[in-house]
Amino acid sequence: MPQPSEKTEDGRIRCDACPVMCYIKPGAAGACDRYANHDGTLVRVDPHVVLDRTLQQGGSVVPFNRGGGDWDGKLVRGPETFVTAIGAGTTYPDYKPAPFIVSAEVDGVDMVTVVTEGIFSYCGVKVKIDTDRHLGPERSLVRAQGEPVGHVTTGEYGSQMLSLGGVHHLTGGSKKEGRVTCDTLLELSNGRAVELTIDDGATVIVQAGRPPIVNGAAEERMRVGCGSATIGMFAKQWHGKVDEVVVVDDHITGVLSEHQAGKLLGIPDTGIHMKGRRSTPGRYFQVAQPGTGWGGTDISDPLSILGPFDPKKARPGLTMLMVSTTGEHFAYYVLDDELQPVQQELPAALRQSIARIEENCEPALCTVLFMGGAGGSLRSGVTENPVRLTRSVKQALTYVTCGGAPVYVWPGGGITFMVDVTRVPENAFGYVPTPALVAPIEFTLRLSDYEALEGHMDHVRPLSSLGVDAARRPVAPYRDNPWPFAPEGAKRSHG
Amino acid sequence: MARLPQIALLPDGRRLHLQDGPIDLIVDARGTAESVRAAYEAAARRFTGLLDELCDELPLLRAPARLESCPLQGGVARRMHEAVAPYAAGTFITSMAAVAGAVAEAVLAAMTAAAPLSRAYVNNGGDIALHLAPGQGFTIGLVDRPDRPGLFGTTVLAAEDGIRGIATSGWRGRSFSLGIADAVTILAAGAADADAAATVVANAVDLPGHPAIARVPARELQPDSDLGDRPVTRGVGPLAPDEIDAALAAGAATAETLIARGLIRAAALHLAGETRTVGLGEPTSSQAKSLIHA
Repeated sequence: MPQPSEKTEDGRIRCDACPVMCYIKPGAAGACDRYANHDGTLVRVDPHVVLDRTLQQGGSVVPFNRGGGDWDGKLVRGPETFVTAIGAGTTYPDYKPAPFIVSAEVDGVDMVTVVTEGIFSYCGVKVKIDTDRHLGPERSLVRAQGEPVGHVTTGEYGSQMLSLGGVHHLTGGSKKEGRVTCDTLLELSNGRAVELTIDDGATVIVQAGRPPIVNGAAEERMRVGCGSATIGMFAKQWHGKVDEVVVVDDHITGVLSEHQAGKLLGIPDTGIHMKGRRSTPGRYFQVAQPGTGWGGTDISDPLSILGPFDPKKARPGLTMLMVSTTGEHFAYYVLDDELQPVQQELPAALRQSIARIEENCEPALCTVLFMGGAGGSLRSGVTENPVRLTRSVKQALTYVTCGGAPVYVWPGGGITFMVDVTRVPENAFGYVPTPALVAPIEFTLRLSDYEALEGHMDHVRPLSSLGVDAARRPVAPYRDNPWPFAPEGAKRSHG
Repeated sequence: MARLPQIALLPDGRRLHLQDGPIDLIVDARGTAESVRAAYEAAARRFTGLLDELCDELPLLRAPARLESCPLQGGVARRMHEAVAPYAAGTFITSMAAVAGAVAEAVLAAMTAAAPLSRAYVNNGGDIALHLAPGQGFTIGLVDRPDRPGLFGTTVLAAEDGIRGIATSGWRGRSFSLGIADAVTILAAGAADADAAATVVANAVDLPGHPAIARVPARELQPDSDLGDRPVTRGVGPLAPDEIDAALAAGAATAETLIARGLIRAAALHLAGETRTVGLGEPTSSQAKSLIHA
């Protein structure tokens, strides 16, 4: 590597890699885009990414041998370097052998990694947003920059799922819809934040691995459970410290004195009257409208979900705790002589149970899974008989990775896979203006298996021929990813 | 040891890759095996030392071009100046605006002088010099974002069209632009001519003073840029449809003028997903459609 021959006072360095002799400012690259000034040091910045195990965090850590076979005592089973498809170039549109077909010897077996960047017009992202706040009705359109890019799908435990992209938004709508959809998928897949608005719902800022921001408020915690589950979990801790507890939840609001858990503890009736639809004792549906207030409802005053207390059962001085499923909202009341609840300061004895609810709530995150299907031309880049690649993947002879990250290959026909975008190296995704996304995809298999599926044997090249040190960008692999050359039984379960 | 360019065949075993400093060429020649070998050897020979030849005159190449006389000595440098001279009276331009195209032309010329070839091209980062023997043609793919290359549409060039140069310029590309076009692709008689014109037309696709456009003096990004303190485009925010139309219309008007002056043959202008073509027929959209489903 050339050394900077001159360094100026303001941090510029003069590159002597070629006679252009560019002055390069800190953080900038020279005219060639190959050399850059990184904190005063001239560095080479080629785009082709090589996962380098020696850079892996905690360099001595090796994957646990999950295969179940006898461990032979070797620390590292495969070669140290795995070439990803990021920046490799595509096989598209005129199918030709994939840009890099790399062979490396692993445990005495010649392994082949077919490296390409696939163009996916059938692709999208599945987004899981950890929140109990109401983001919008199921099937509502999700928009970016005003264009429809997907829809709200199921609510899961503590989370709301969105399905974004897909071929109909990419190519089935207006040009602008396709372009905005493509941009949205690209930003999310590359780990950047995107603002989404949901018809008849909320505006949410989504970024993989970060808390969602719903209507301007960052979500901190997932709920500990539904209102009924929360009653069950904490009934014993409340027993004797408060007469009644209501856990406010948009799904199922729980009432301690009526709930099975309260009955078992012998907690007496309190004369409480809940609005909403009773499901089973102590469990209420639809106490309010969905929203971004208490427990994913639209309320800011919890008393609004209560009717008058029954004078036959209630008594002045009766105490009541109302709390949301995350512990974010809570209020403590004492009934006055007219049996009206009057808010008072939360007693110290109950403070701990609120803290315990908060402690049991996991951090709320957005998670983004890229999902795409490998098409005909991509598979042709791997083999002259594409269906054999599909079969090889199904038979688990071929290990599929996305930028070195493990994928879940959906059962059934074709090669449709999902990958957690946070496990893929940075900026691994690109796009073409058709529009479609460009995603890295690697197929790793035994050389003999590659020959059997009529692979492009004449294009196989040894890893050493790539000149890993000079021209490739080494990156540390995501440390929880199985090493692609030694996935050991992790073929289908990760992602 | 003297610095030597990288010279290697690409993994397809057919195309030649030449790289030296900021110059990166993909070379393809078609003909007999013997001719192709001779052409590639000639290309490698011509390429070796070419960058040094240019750098010897770098300060003059970075100076504004002059209409009346050419102070440059080297063959490639003089060709660069010749390509930008038609614009020198009306606008600020330096010979650097044609460097990529002129380099591509020089390497291609060495190849065609060395052996008979049916077709050949030298692609210098999107600025392409073409050789077509009579009766031959090329199918050309169009890219609308140089930073994320992908085929937008295609057009077919025949030998009889007299087009031997294609160049693309835009603010997202490797070179700076004073305009906001994502890409302007020019077809012209030579690659250096196309290169210079792409710069001029891309600069003309603009909305001066628009708040959504981020501009930075070129020198702040590259201290020795030939553009000096001129503001180059670094970001383009959302634009309204009528603004996109207005910017494209400004660029198209410039392109029409260049066609009328006989400097270029056709131009395709891209901005924010919209496209305008001037000159030759439209790019065949059926080709673009066939690209949709991978």
